[in-house]
Amino acid sequence: MENIGLYLHIPFCSSKCPYCDFYSFRSDREFISRYVDKMNAEIIKKSGEINCKADTLYIGGGTPSLLGFSQIAQLVSTAKSRFLTRDSEITLECNPYGVTEEFFNKISECGVNRISLGLQSANDEERRKLGRRAGCEDVKRAIYYAQKSGIENISLDVMLGIPESTLDSLEKTLEFCVSRGVPHISCYMLKIEENTPFFKMRERLNLPDDDAVADMYLFACEYLESHGIKQYEISNFSVEGRESRHNLKYWRCEEYLGIGASAHSFLNGKRFYCKNDAEGFVKEPRYVFDGDGGSFEEFAMLKLRLTEGVLESEVKERFGFKIPEKLRLGAEKFIDLGLVCADENSLRLTRKGFLLSNSILAEIL
Amino acid sequence: MAKKDNIRNFSIIAHIDHGKSTLADRLLELTNSVAKRDMEEQLLDNMELERERGITIKAHAVKLDYKAKDGRDYVLNLIDTPGHVDFNYEVSRSLAACEGAVLIVDASQGVEAQTLANTYLALDHNLEIVPVINKIDLPAADPDRVAHEVEDVIGIPCLESPRVSAKTGENVEDVLEEIVKLVPAPEDHDSEPLRALIFDSVYDSYRGVIVYVRVMDGKIKPGDTMRMMATGAEFTVVETGYMRATSLEPANSLSSGEVGYITASIKTVSDARVGDTVTTAQNPAAEALPGYRKVNPMVFCGIYPADGADYENLRDALEKLQLNDAALSFEPETSGALGFGFRCGFLGLLHLEIIEERLEREYNLDLVTTVPSVVYKIHLTDKSVVEIDNPSNYPDPAAIDFSEEPVVEAHIYAPPEYVGAIMDLCQDRRGAYEGMTYLDADRVDLKYVLPLNEIIYDFFDVLKSRTRGYASFDYEMKGYQKSQLVKLDVLLNGDVIDALSFIIHSDKAYTRARKIAEKLKDNIPRQMFEIPVQIAVGSKVIARETVKAMRKDVLAKCYGGDITRKKKLLEKQKEGKKRMRKFGTVEVPQEAFMAVLKLDE
Repeated sequence: MENIGLYLHIPFCSSKCPYCDFYSFRSDREFISRYVDKMNAEIIKKSGEINCKADTLYIGGGTPSLLGFSQIAQLVSTAKSRFLTRDSEITLECNPYGVTEEFFNKISECGVNRISLGLQSANDEERRKLGRRAGCEDVKRAIYYAQKSGIENISLDVMLGIPESTLDSLEKTLEFCVSRGVPHISCYMLKIEENTPFFKMRERLNLPDDDAVADMYLFACEYLESHGIKQYEISNFSVEGRESRHNLKYWRCEEYLGIGASAHSFLNGKRFYCKNDAEGFVKEPRYVFDGDGGSFEEFAMLKLRLTEGVLESEVKERFGFKIPEKLRLGAEKFIDLGLVCADENSLRLTRKGFLLSNSILAEIL
Repeated sequence: MAKKDNIRNFSIIAHIDHGKSTLADRLLELTNSVAKRDMEEQLLDNMELERERGITIKAHAVKLDYKAKDGRDYVLNLIDTPGHVDFNYEVSRSLAACEGAVLIVDASQGVEAQTLANTYLALDHNLEIVPVINKIDLPAADPDRVAHEVEDVIGIPCLESPRVSAKTGENVEDVLEEIVKLVPAPEDHDSEPLRALIFDSVYDSYRGVIVYVRVMDGKIKPGDTMRMMATGAEFTVVETGYMRATSLEPANSLSSGEVGYITASIKTVSDARVGDTVTTAQNPAAEALPGYRKVNPMVFCGIYPADGADYENLRDALEKLQLNDAALSFEPETSGALGFGFRCGFLGLLHLEIIEERLEREYNLDLVTTVPSVVYKIHLTDKSVVEIDNPSNYPDPAAIDFSEEPVVEAHIYAPPEYVGAIMDLCQDRRGAYEGMTYLDADRVDLKYVLPLNEIIYDFFDVLKSRTRGYASFDYEMKGYQKSQLVKLDVLLNGDVIDALSFIIHSDKAYTRARKIAEKLKDNIPRQMFEIPVQIAVGSKVIARETVKAMRKDVLAKCYGGDITRKKKLLEKQKEGKKRMRKFGTVEVPQEAFMAVLKLDE
């Protein structure tokens, strides 16, 4: 069996950002500690049931850096002893606010070799609108300490379409990213989700319209590429060889185990998830079956998020057939519109195609 | 001539909302025709739609027993009439079945357009008018003023007339007394050959068509062979009887002066057309009763199922509605844009809306309708004439000598201060001013000849809003007049969308074209490519807009391994596409298509 990815979900945040609809909440030390204990126990339990190794670990949230480094070290060490191969990629999502030099030294020591920092914008005014407490200086400091501790594989999250943002302010943010020498950047377009404060106030937010956001997106793609940071997924960019190995598993339709409230898994062809219920998780983790995974449609849907697209060779190897004629025919008109590229080896979306990927997928799959 | 002294046949006429159905209900109550517990508001309006819209769509009739103050028992036959100009012909047939008409006038609003139109119609049929002033319970009621108005404007005595509140029941019994006193009893023509006027017919799935008649001469009984004098169709009478409020009451026969029903295993209402005369095959009458005409549809539109799979269901539904509605016509048609559907003909826009609503409600169909059209007469250069009710059949303009369009003679009644606004509106709708009469100090009658196609969409609504609801409106067909017509085609991304084409007066073409183009631009969601919207007359584009290409539709973040969520979104998007209509290369959601078809400003 191939190596899987291991995902640990830490659903705690010190405050909720007004655009976020992820499962996260504020909690006390005591509960967090019980949650982490349960997580360690669950990793051990699952390792007994599943006979395979993992070569990536991703600790996401929420705000995993809210855990003290000893708790993080504990989780990493449990994962290492039960699942991880020696050369594993171990990522920790960090809030740049208030993390110390010591924190980075300790997590680096215990094996974390990649961090993901929420920058969102280098403009403090924009960051404030997003409810982020850290200023640009905090991010700078966090990057510096991380690099100093030996973790140079750093990813910065940048948000496109922030209220009142412009191409100019975006350029400054990208400039900042490049100047810090980080090898990986994620550029997400802000999506206004229902049941968030932003949804209620959306009319007053002065959001850039879809056309402006599309321009920002294309600008970001070009800017980063011209600085050697290549796009490899709709929202992800990296220098060669620094793609997120863990996230690539999702997009390549490979298997992974997620532990923690609201974590999703894909194992042995089955998709399942843990309920959005941290209390329940601490009592007894329950997994909910979420259907079979790995069909060709699902595979294509995911692979078309990547710049490499759907490869004939992979399809042949995985499914034993060629890219279906229906898909190629359906894609033809999009080729004429400059949204899809196709040749005998592969079929993939262009940047403009990425921007319209929902519509395109709905039509060709 | 002997009379049938104990019978009174009457109908109730009124302007819309003056309380016709409510008064009818009170009369039913007072004559104990309905048990109190069965009393539903506006009992005579059977159809859910009639109750909801507050209008009577079909004629209804009911036999009431009344013991008058003179101590004698009377049979009062109430024939209710439809309350809308679309059904003028039905109204005239109902009136022809009576000797008298109760004229209801609202105690606060006074004489309105339909009050007059219906009164004249009743007078045309030599009916005795029984004025009644209703709604005296309203704070704004001014029965004295209204009574004078009726005397001045209509010229019938009204000062002594009953003043009632149908709502509270106050003085309603006086109405029954007035009917007995004023409405003449029918004459006894029992010995003559049968002549019975059909004023309505209703399809019943067990008995076939139930024919509502007023017997003018002779007698009819079960076993007779009845003959329809207009169509020549013959049937054996199965049952005769009287209409009661909640049921039919069989009787051995019907004779002159009486109102009742006949069943004869008749399959469709088109075999028992309103206005036709029933006689017997054994002893036929020499001449039919006057006034029959075949009702011709005036307004046409295409009706398509939103889901092509519903085509057969739509056909079944139309067939069933037609069983009961001889004025509804339909034939199959095909549209490049909308697929298979039917070209349907209606008496007017209200009739159209009612049918559409019934199809959607009673038959659960999701429909797309095209722009309503009237029937144009196109004279070709080869001297032939074609009648066009469907823009798709519009001839090549080079082959057209000249065109004609139907016009109506319209009367608009309103307080004098609105004359300016009304004239502007009629001008705008290409109306020809024919004259203005002061009915009294507070009311004028404006007479206009208006093209029918200018009033079928929204004329009445606009009239109401420009006169704060004070104006009333009535019209009748006048004939055809020469007109400068053009056909407008709508092109999306270069393809003509046949379902959106329509015929219009050339003076209006530019304005309308611009509006349509704008409306399409606003209602067609952006797609992955730019869509030119063009409105053209022949090959000449007279308006254009562009639907810009959509640029962003992406799920930027694929949530930490939650692939199912993404799959569900994709499924939802695919579902959404199914609700789109594909016009050439352009997808238009149902809602947008409807918005474009509704041309009201």
